[in-house]
Amino acid sequence: MDKNTVPALSRPAADKEPGRMRLFFKKLGQQRALAVMSVPFLIWLFVFKYLPLWGWSIAFQDYKPARKFMEQTWIGFEHFKFLFGDDRFLRVLRNTLAMSSINLFFGFVTAITLALLLNEIRNIAFKRVVQTVSYLPHFISWVVAASIIQTTLSPDGTINQLLVGLGFLDRGNEILFLGIPEYFWTIFGASSVWKDIGWNTIVYLAAMTTIDPTQYEAAEIDGANRFKKMIYVTLPGIKSVVIVLLIMNIGYLLESGFEPQYLLGNGMNVDYSENIDIFVLKYGIAQSNFSLSIAAGMFKTVVSFILLFMANNAAKRMGEARLY
Amino acid sequence: METAAVHKKKRKPPISSSTGDRLFVICNYCFMIALMIVTLYPFVNVLAVSLNNAQDSIKGGIYLLPREWTLANYNYILREATIFHATFISVLRTVIGTVVTVFCSAMLAYTLSRQDYVLRKFITVAFIMTMYFNGGLIPNYLLIRDMGLVGSFWVYILPGIIGVFNLIIIRSFIENLPESIIESAKIDGAGDYRTFFSIILPLTVPVLATVALFSGVFQWNSWFDVFLYNSSDASLSTLQYELQKILQNSNTTTGTSSLDGMIQGATGGQQNAVTPMSVRATMTIVASVPIIMVYPFLQKYFVKGMMVGGVKG
Repeated sequence: MDKNTVPALSRPAADKEPGRMRLFFKKLGQQRALAVMSVPFLIWLFVFKYLPLWGWSIAFQDYKPARKFMEQTWIGFEHFKFLFGDDRFLRVLRNTLAMSSINLFFGFVTAITLALLLNEIRNIAFKRVVQTVSYLPHFISWVVAASIIQTTLSPDGTINQLLVGLGFLDRGNEILFLGIPEYFWTIFGASSVWKDIGWNTIVYLAAMTTIDPTQYEAAEIDGANRFKKMIYVTLPGIKSVVIVLLIMNIGYLLESGFEPQYLLGNGMNVDYSENIDIFVLKYGIAQSNFSLSIAAGMFKTVVSFILLFMANNAAKRMGEARLY
Repeated sequence: METAAVHKKKRKPPISSSTGDRLFVICNYCFMIALMIVTLYPFVNVLAVSLNNAQDSIKGGIYLLPREWTLANYNYILREATIFHATFISVLRTVIGTVVTVFCSAMLAYTLSRQDYVLRKFITVAFIMTMYFNGGLIPNYLLIRDMGLVGSFWVYILPGIIGVFNLIIIRSFIENLPESIIESAKIDGAGDYRTFFSIILPLTVPVLATVALFSGVFQWNSWFDVFLYNSSDASLSTLQYELQKILQNSNTTTGTSSLDGMIQGATGGQQNAVTPMSVRATMTIVASVPIIMVYPFLQKYFVKGMMVGGVKG
């Protein structure tokens, strides 16, 4: 595809700079093998990642599946206007922002804490075992995780047994945790932490290995104990990595995930569990209201794009690692 | 880990550690043990239920060990045609998807690691741009539908051939290989295909192992594409999707693991041999065991891969 379009589009330029264009094609000819090994994937990328953007046009139409593209009625921003006047969409937006903020905050705090503590374990074998175990939930599918979480939180599950056993609850008064809407965000946050706390420590532990050991020696001479060294040497040592990751994660503020909310959500907690992704799925697939669904999805992607772009630039300006 | 090694080398006499330090270390070890219990207990508990007599499990009180040992639940899963076939499809998509992804990502990453390749910049930017946006659920669905991939096995493989993250970690691994290896291959007259197949592929095995793990786990764990594209075609269902359906069923009823119609109907003949609770536990184990068996052995590799992708980029 690239070989065909480039000469057609850039012929005037080629007339002005015949040397450069000829050089380009001469080199490409020499690098035939590399082109054969990469251009098919460029075509794949165009078809699977860029072509779907065409579908965004549906958000500006009063889409009727039976009609051809040229026969659709164009209605401008009507669907977007409807979305921002719709109570359900505003609630969905609130849930999305709340859950991604909870995830962002607790994800960071718990992972950094665990990394700091793991770094203090001197027994390498024990440390390895803890790390291996803590990575486990990350590799398990959300379906399996949701199945386990649901069992644990059910009226005859571990949490209720524990509460009864400790005397906080009377037998027979067991709580149906997933049936109480207000609890959903907490359950979601705790589940996400359980699943990814170990995995998220990898980056911080890697950053800790780059801290200059003389800093610890200096702190020791100043009389710092292990806890103080952890707070005043290790933590500042990973500060730059933490800030960069934090900025970049703000770019994902509208990406609160889909699977945990969908799998743990039910009719009772829907007011708190439904986020944009589920809204898109329900309107789009279940009700076949493509226009409204795409408008909601498009809103999410465009805002995410802007946020990510800004976040990445901010991280770049700080002279640190960035998204790529 | 290096800091730990440095500290060890100093051979600091342990007597010098203060009471505060010792308290901190004890608390730290206790915390780590608690973390491991919280992580592992749910799995052990599900394993115990899956190995326990189904009728007995209803009474509750199964914690770490089964009360009445039995393999009946696993037997049922093996004999139940739907679940057995779904497991087969899961294995198939995991194997094919992983091989295709690893091979294609490595090939593309090699071309993008060649500094002199004229399309290098253009292709790299085109791929990285897709990290910032995607068409979204419905446009992707419409594309797949219009391509005629709905109701086909290939809908599991084709859309995910190359992931940008995988591409980046393989590329930076190749770029960190000694330049002289590729140079000497060139001098020996090896073309780009030869260089890739006989030099790059064998040398990148550590990073390809990481990509294989990520891709294999992704394929094995997928259920949403089954739900979206192939939910009406039972012959293309996967294990995770079957588990998801059971989960959704118990979700919409009471939220507890009460008997649900599907299993009851399925067990009809062999009355009460299994219950939805025991089948769900058994499927949960079957769905997670392959992963539990594989990932610890690749830990060294994926930790390195995450460091490359996460910190250095």
